[in-house]
Amino acid sequence: MILSEMWSRERSGCYLIVILFFGLPISAQVDTFEFDKAENQERFRNLSNELRCPMCQNTSLSGSSGGVAEDLRREIFFMIKDGQSDREIKDFMFERYGDFIFYKPRLTAGTIFLWAGPAFFLLIGGIVGLSIFRGAQSEALKNKTLTGSDQNKIESLLARERRNLKARDKAG
Amino acid sequence: MLGRLLPVSAFVLLIAALGFGLFLENKELPSVLVGKRVPSFSLRTIDGSLVTDKDLPSEVFLLNVWGSYCLPCLIEHPTFMSLTERSEIPVIGINYRDELSLAAGWLEENGNPFQFSVVDRDGRFGIDLGVYGAPETYLVDAEGIIRYRHVSVLDDSVWREVFVPLINNLRSPRIGLMEL
Repeated sequence: MILSEMWSRERSGCYLIVILFFGLPISAQVDTFEFDKAENQERFRNLSNELRCPMCQNTSLSGSSGGVAEDLRREIFFMIKDGQSDREIKDFMFERYGDFIFYKPRLTAGTIFLWAGPAFFLLIGGIVGLSIFRGAQSEALKNKTLTGSDQNKIESLLARERRNLKARDKAG
Repeated sequence: MLGRLLPVSAFVLLIAALGFGLFLENKELPSVLVGKRVPSFSLRTIDGSLVTDKDLPSEVFLLNVWGSYCLPCLIEHPTFMSLTERSEIPVIGINYRDELSLAAGWLEENGNPFQFSVVDRDGRFGIDLGVYGAPETYLVDAEGIIRYRHVSVLDDSVWREVFVPLINNLRSPRIGLMEL
């Protein structure tokens, strides 16, 4: 009894591991839309992957079973059938749902920080990094001292040079 | 000292900003349609008559997106009932992606606070309005311009704290002139 319980517990643990690590994400809704051209099928797939479901915020239109996603997929289908360009379809979505609908938001005053942010932080990081590097370098130069014997050698060389100069002056 | 403090305070600021962003209620996205006219439509009401955007009230009114399947709609329903009973503001319904018979049954069972409810069976009008899902409520001014969109339940406190001040503003002729 206990053994079998343990076994089943163990087994459910295994299932959990299998589910956690080997589960395939369920990411595609079955779309029953039929296109006459494969190219349009491709466009449909790309658009519904690029556009975000407004209701369930972290899923694309293609991955969402939400009502509005279903409607928007149908809308894209008819717009493609209608011969509208990707640009026109995206504009249509933008007019109704704003920047939010795009996983890659357009560059506007409101989204500039999203686009420029990483470069900005890289720049700050670079400046800080450089100044730390510079500081460390000058610190290292300041702290550079010679050993006693090197110092003696230099001093004796300098003294000899001074004597030589004096001797030359006298001779001159 | 300052040199030490500067990066630390910059870091703290950044974390604070990111933390703030993390806890933002990002469901409350402002509608793109705020400031724009209610999209034109020609739809049947639940009673079967044909209405267009011309039939919308020519005063400040609410446009409520609802469905019989939508539990939050039932939660906010008493608010709309009491608004209508007190003749506070006209409420127009958009019956969003619903089954007509279920929608009619829902109104019969719970009461009908709407002047009329247009039937948006396939959600097409919802797309034009930028609807995410029921419930949503749009505040529209006398000129038919959308002034505010509230996503999710509109209960009495949302009504008092958010809608009443906005509506008072819209109804006050002085403010209206200033905006012109």
